[in-house]
Amino acid sequence: MIIFDNVSKTYPNGVKGLSHINLTIGDGEFVSIIGLSGAGKSTLLRSINRLNDVTEGEITIDGVSLTKAGKKELRKIRRRIGMISQQFNLVKRSTVQKNVLSGRLGYYSTWKSILGLFSKEDYERTKDALERVDLQDKLHSRCDELSGGQQQRVSIARTLVQQADIILADEPVASLDPVTTQKIMKDLQNINTTLGKTVIVNIHSVELARSFSTRIIALKAGEIVFDGAPEELTDERLIAIYGRKI
Amino acid sequence: MKLKDTVHFNWYKHLFLVLLLAVCIGASIHVTDADFGEIYSNLDQMTSFMKRFLNPDFSYLPKIISPMMLTIKMSVVGTVLGVLFAVPFAFLATVVVTKNQIVTTIVRFFLDVIRTIPNLLLAALLVAMIGIGEFTGVMTIAVFTFGMVSQLIYEAIETIDYGPIEAAESIGANKVQIAVWAVFPQILNQIASYTFYALEINVRASTVLGYVGAGGIGVILNSSLALLKYDRVSVVILLILVVVVIVDGLSEAIRRRLA
Repeated sequence: MIIFDNVSKTYPNGVKGLSHINLTIGDGEFVSIIGLSGAGKSTLLRSINRLNDVTEGEITIDGVSLTKAGKKELRKIRRRIGMISQQFNLVKRSTVQKNVLSGRLGYYSTWKSILGLFSKEDYERTKDALERVDLQDKLHSRCDELSGGQQQRVSIARTLVQQADIILADEPVASLDPVTTQKIMKDLQNINTTLGKTVIVNIHSVELARSFSTRIIALKAGEIVFDGAPEELTDERLIAIYGRKI
Repeated sequence: MKLKDTVHFNWYKHLFLVLLLAVCIGASIHVTDADFGEIYSNLDQMTSFMKRFLNPDFSYLPKIISPMMLTIKMSVVGTVLGVLFAVPFAFLATVVVTKNQIVTTIVRFFLDVIRTIPNLLLAALLVAMIGIGEFTGVMTIAVFTFGMVSQLIYEAIETIDYGPIEAAESIGANKVQIAVWAVFPQILNQIASYTFYALEINVRASTVLGYVGAGGIGVILNSSLALLKYDRVSVVILLILVVVVIVDGLSEAIRRRLA
């Protein structure tokens, strides 16, 4: 369970990223965060694994404070949170296997990871994860040989071997075609329903948010302006969120 | 058409520049007491040198093969050593992984100092410290390579894709793991390419290291010159030329394939 307690974030240049966010996200939810560009969607998502710090308030994950965590605790919390981003964030020159295995780094000591001494189980996990995203035949391909959709699936496989309970996806389908988009969203849904992982997605497409998520949160100027089930998101509310009819 | 409508519209500026350059050249000739007449007055000496120089003594060739091989070996070992040390320092010289501006500033200053020492001076200093011999040559090349390659590598690190770093961070990787798994694979090809580039330079530079006692073909070059055996000097220079051309060609071919 992720709890935001009166969280605010002001950037050094004075821009307000988030203001007074109070939010509870339960285990196993599929949450979509919508809103205009610059409304604070990425800031909200990235504060969940502390890729950006918040300036006020506290975030706790299963009762452990994220905002107060020290270096070591932060590493421990981060290993439980997977992240997928629009740019895939893969090492393009490395093989699919290496990229997926790197999801285990949080569990290894520095020396073992320098020498690449991964355990047999982790090689198995890598194979299983790639099977789940239908890329088992690409184990030794270099990532720059793959299409955008395939690369995104590699990054999903990476969060799977990480055995994260929470998966954050920052615009996971923004640069993909409609067919690939459906595939990626289904993969995420599949992970959510069969593995019971909490999935939080930043997304531009209201349609996708409605059809895949169990809960939609809308942000406007760093504040939550809607939080509810997809059915409750009426056209009038959308106008309030985006400022005009869409 | 008037002059001001042509490309020469600011001819007076160009004229002024030419005059300024002429004054500068004239002034430096005057200050340094350069005398071009000397070239003509010493023509005899030059012809006698050229006569012997242009008749290479090829019978001397077998005797210089093994010092040449030694020079190449020195360059290879020195280059490898230098690059090995350059990689970790290059990581410390950027804030990409360490996020520590103080460390970066200190390491960069240290690297700057090393780079300012000219090759031959470095060799002379090391001869004084370690003594005469090939090992000194290896160390000179290693230090020189270290200074040069570390800068090239840290500049490469600064141009990588930051996405994988963020991904590794979000996984819970520590700084060393980020360096090894997210940054290193991205710069590996460039490191290999810079290594060959450094080797190319080092083979050329190491031929003269013998001058100050750092071993290799330079020792032969130096003694032949001192004994006025210009026919031997030219053989040495020819051999150096052949080796440098071969190494340059090889290195270029490899680097092209790496790019």
